[in-house]
Amino acid sequence: MIKTLIKRLWLVPVVLIAWELITKAVESPYFPPPTVIVSRMYEMWFSGPLILTDEAVDNFLPSIVRLIGSWGVAVAVGVALGVAIGRAAWLADYIDPLVEFARAVPPPVMFSVFLVLFTMGTQLQVATIVFGIVWPILLNSIDGARNVDRLQIETATVFGVPASLRLFRIILPAASPKIFAGLRLSVSLALILMIVSELKGSTDGIGYLLTIASANSDMPALWGGVVVLGVLGYVFNTLFLMVERPMLTWHRGARRTA
Amino acid sequence: MTAASTLTRGGRSPLARARVGKLVRHAIGVAVFLLVWELVSRTGLFKWLPPASTCLARVVGLAFDPEYLEDLSSTLLAAVIGLPLAVLLAVPVGLLLGTLPVVEEMTRAIVEFLRPIPSVALIPLALFIFQPEINAKVALIVYAASWPILINTLYGVRDVDPLATETLRSFSFGSAAVVWRVSLPSAAPFIFTGIRLAASISLILAISVEYVVGGSGGIGAFLIEASTGLGDQAMIDVIAVLLWSGVIGLVVNTLLLRAERRLFKWRNA
Repeated sequence: MIKTLIKRLWLVPVVLIAWELITKAVESPYFPPPTVIVSRMYEMWFSGPLILTDEAVDNFLPSIVRLIGSWGVAVAVGVALGVAIGRAAWLADYIDPLVEFARAVPPPVMFSVFLVLFTMGTQLQVATIVFGIVWPILLNSIDGARNVDRLQIETATVFGVPASLRLFRIILPAASPKIFAGLRLSVSLALILMIVSELKGSTDGIGYLLTIASANSDMPALWGGVVVLGVLGYVFNTLFLMVERPMLTWHRGARRTA
Repeated sequence: MTAASTLTRGGRSPLARARVGKLVRHAIGVAVFLLVWELVSRTGLFKWLPPASTCLARVVGLAFDPEYLEDLSSTLLAAVIGLPLAVLLAVPVGLLLGTLPVVEEMTRAIVEFLRPIPSVALIPLALFIFQPEINAKVALIVYAASWPILINTLYGVRDVDPLATETLRSFSFGSAAVVWRVSLPSAAPFIFTGIRLAASISLILAISVEYVVGGSGGIGAFLIEASTGLGDQAMIDVIAVLLWSGVIGLVVNTLLLRAERRLFKWRNA
């Protein structure tokens, strides 16, 4: 156990030490040594009374709340609408080009539309994230709901299974692998849009901290912000996989026996 | 291919008729959308939304706006430089990691630490380190676009039929020859999918950098400047650029998908 851990992780301390030594030797202002970055992070964000400082609470929390809230809205809207559209077969040809088009718009462009509407603040961030990430979720949900095995649905109809039960027991489970593929994309996209919308047009958030650090040419703080965002990305991806895995286990099992 | 073309040449085959019907329904869908947009705006239901006709006229207008065209080409140029560099960087690394499991295991922890870092978080740093701005843009595109290509190459190489590599080995081909003749060709479809993903990522990065820098070129800068416009003009400009960017995204994606299908037809057959 420990042996495999060492085997897997030994390069990490080696890289960190090499990074420390090289940056100390070179003394480039743009590449502070990792120890400097960590101590700056501690001083700015983790030296408060309850570990976190006021600056950390005032900026990390709004970012995370906006991220989770917007993601939740996009998932609810995207999946509900997607499954409805996917089940209405006649609608497909009318709506497909519109959804494909919306999906092809580079998500950061959406930001500028809301910049005109809201100029600043939470609405701007939430709208940017929701309208940026809803398309892959919608597209995948449509695709998943459209390709449910017809025999299963017809069997259920013949046996008089009510529509709500059909939705939760047949359609949603059958569509879930596709839906989760869309959700996985949306997690990292949401983080990207959170940062973009905070770099511009925000007065708080982690992206805003980056803007301040950049205005002060505070390199250790900039690197620190990248570390925090990296950890956030890692945590969200891991949480997502933890939810996804048990939800899709049956699917992999079913594929194997088939 | 030949069967399909003889079918469509008649023009009355069921296949062709179905295709025409589909196109008609596509057109109806788009037309209804535009009509609703026009009505919703004209009746004042959404005061902030300029009518579809005004926005579409501006879309056409932008095609003759030298300032916009310059910004557009600046954005696309960064992507056109960055994407091939990412391919040149990520494909060899992916082949290396894919063929040498020892190296892959060694570096996995590093990769797992770096990959979740959202690339846009690096924008302010990159703007300090790489001067002028175009270099920062290209560097960020190379970094961000490399990930999907690297990961897909890695998966593609792992997916290679071991029988093929072992056969070549037993005919005493060297490792380089095995990679060149078996691993790379059979991983190619995966690599191409990675490149298609990377293409949209490179546009995301380019526009985000231009937002942050502002005022120095690119559609991102154009959008920021347009968003400060007076009255309805700001929204008209921004929506017109949004429509442009959607068309560009659609064209790039369709071309790459077509190329993918044509190049790797042998695989689906």
